[in-house]
Amino acid sequence: MSKEEQNNHDETNQNPQEPTISRRYFLAGSACLSVATAVSLSPLLNAEEVPSSEDLIQKHYKELSTEEKKEIFAKLESEINQQYGVTAKISDPAPLDGVEFAYVLNLGRCIGCRKCVYACMDENNQSRSPQKQYIRVMKMKKGTINLETSSHDYPEKEASSKDHFYMPVACQQCREPKCIEVCPVKATWKEKDGIVVVDYNWCIGCRYCEAACPYHARRFNFAKPQIPKQEINPDMGYLSNRPRYMGVMEKCTFCLHKTRRGEYPSCMEVCPTGSRKFGNIRDPESEVRKIIEQERVFVLKQEVGTLPKFYYTFAK
Amino acid sequence: MNTGFPKVFNDLAKTVLLGNRTYSLWMFVLIAISLLGLNAFSRQLAHGLYTTGMGDEVSWGLYISNFAFLVGMAAAAVMMVIPAYIFKDEEIHKVVIFTELWAIAALVMCLLFVTADIGRPDRLWHMFPVIGVFNWPTSMLTWDVLVLNGYLLLNLYVCGYVLYKKYMGQKLVAKHYIPIVFLAIAWAPLIHTITAFLFQGLGARPFWHSGLIAPRFLASAFAAGPAFIILVFKIMDHYKCCTIHKDVIAKIRIIVTVSLLVNLLLVGSELFTELYSGSEHSIHLSFLLGFHGKSVLAPWIWSAIALNVIAAAILLLPARENPRFLTIACVMIIIGIWVEKGLGFVISGFIPTPLGDFVQYQPTLNELTVCFGILAFGLLIYTALLKIAVPIINGQLCQRKVD
Repeated sequence: MSKEEQNNHDETNQNPQEPTISRRYFLAGSACLSVATAVSLSPLLNAEEVPSSEDLIQKHYKELSTEEKKEIFAKLESEINQQYGVTAKISDPAPLDGVEFAYVLNLGRCIGCRKCVYACMDENNQSRSPQKQYIRVMKMKKGTINLETSSHDYPEKEASSKDHFYMPVACQQCREPKCIEVCPVKATWKEKDGIVVVDYNWCIGCRYCEAACPYHARRFNFAKPQIPKQEINPDMGYLSNRPRYMGVMEKCTFCLHKTRRGEYPSCMEVCPTGSRKFGNIRDPESEVRKIIEQERVFVLKQEVGTLPKFYYTFAK
Repeated sequence: MNTGFPKVFNDLAKTVLLGNRTYSLWMFVLIAISLLGLNAFSRQLAHGLYTTGMGDEVSWGLYISNFAFLVGMAAAAVMMVIPAYIFKDEEIHKVVIFTELWAIAALVMCLLFVTADIGRPDRLWHMFPVIGVFNWPTSMLTWDVLVLNGYLLLNLYVCGYVLYKKYMGQKLVAKHYIPIVFLAIAWAPLIHTITAFLFQGLGARPFWHSGLIAPRFLASAFAAGPAFIILVFKIMDHYKCCTIHKDVIAKIRIIVTVSLLVNLLLVGSELFTELYSGSEHSIHLSFLLGFHGKSVLAPWIWSAIALNVIAAAILLLPARENPRFLTIACVMIIIGIWVEKGLGFVISGFIPTPLGDFVQYQPTLNELTVCFGILAFGLLIYTALLKIAVPIINGQLCQRKVD
């Protein structure tokens, strides 16, 4: 373009009264600019993920009819089959009436072995490269609950140290979740049973929810998630552990594809110390309800007003 | 070529495409950097935001930093519009359009920076009212979408109206644009206030959760924006594009001085509150300043504080009358405020994370290229707009001379 301008400029000098743009130079300049633009855009040819036309116009989860959902699930299952060679079943269990899930974690027992972290990753088809983990275990000095002095990436051999205690943190499934307030497109919301979910097909990836979460519970797919074929968990929930896209947010869903059919979340199942308890807080007979009523429990960062349904206790 | 529209088109194309050697070279450089930016952005689209230095710990980086800074630069146009239209300052009135055009260019950059930051630009339509799902009024981001686009439209209308009428050799009809000008005056502080609310409304981030953020944003914007305008006017004057009365520069200088001092006061107040109390929340600030282990940002923020303080000193001393010192002060203010707002404010909010993890952020080359590309594209737009506006305002480019 500049060349064209330069040339025009020279012409202008010859005829200062009537500056004109010669058609030939204009076309040559436009052609140069178009080629340069096309070259600039060329990395798009190697795009790791290209949304299909159906993906581009898919509606918000809550606006989909049962029929449309069925089609989408079938399409996803065939895509997963193609990509990973796995016959996956995508379920979409609805929240159960009269159920509100809560979690209790006994810090007196947790030894910081991080088995929950990896069981969660396996269950939820999280990206292995780069690695995404929903649960962060902090090694804390005894005598304080100061997060800033905690160690986040302590080596495995430093688990079960006598001078420390260990505090695993994942999504606190708040009653007043700040993440869903800030989302500009309502791509994340709280279900009837209190679980905060993300529509991976609606999230625009602005990461405002990640900035708003006081528990560092949300994870963003900065890269295309990579999972080895043999590690795919074929038992998938549409709103939980189906494979995610590049550029969208994800988070702990209390393993809703399992818990809504009466099973326990994987982090609890794998815990070797029995530090983790999960259940229906509305059921007066449930274990979590009894612990919350009888033990001395606390929530993390009560001052931010999020009212978590994830409780901590220091019991024997 | 006597018919209206094609002649407008022809005139505009000629004005933008033809220029002297300096102009051509400048535009060539801007186009080249813009294309490099487009290339880097394509790479980011292809491989995700993994190509940036951001991660789950520091999840907003230079894109949002530049966004916050440029919203301020756009809002700052109002500091010239107020004297021109409310105090009826004739000299400023003659050149006010050049600042309104800057608001347009700055807003375009803002929108591009947001687009560069989001993970799925293909889903941007989800955010459009009516066809998407617009979480208004709960999400501050939806407010920001409304006020930024609204401000862009207001400025496009005012500039378009004034320039078109002058080009056509017609008289401006006050009732056709003055109400819009006044609406834009009220709207300008709003865009920066809402952008501040985006951050300060988050209880999860103690560093941002302060009532002083919106006033600080405004004060720093009203220092950096007019400082930039002074530089633009000096350049226009230097290249004899149009005569800028020296009173205009002097008046803008006063605006810059007062705003800068107010900003220093607010920053000082915030520093005192955080550091004197020594509460746990001050960890972000003490880390930023380098009091809490090694901080990549510390040299930057100390330089920014030094730049702003020295600039304030120059503006308060008689040296301010020296054009060279004024230029230096303006450059110092722009850089100082950019660092304070971008690196100092946005990025520090993420260090440490809400769980106390200290992760440093360093932008990648690809990310920097996208940033420079957007900035170059903004300057390209601004230069093209000025190239059209200057001869129209000077009366050299018009369809029919005013009778």
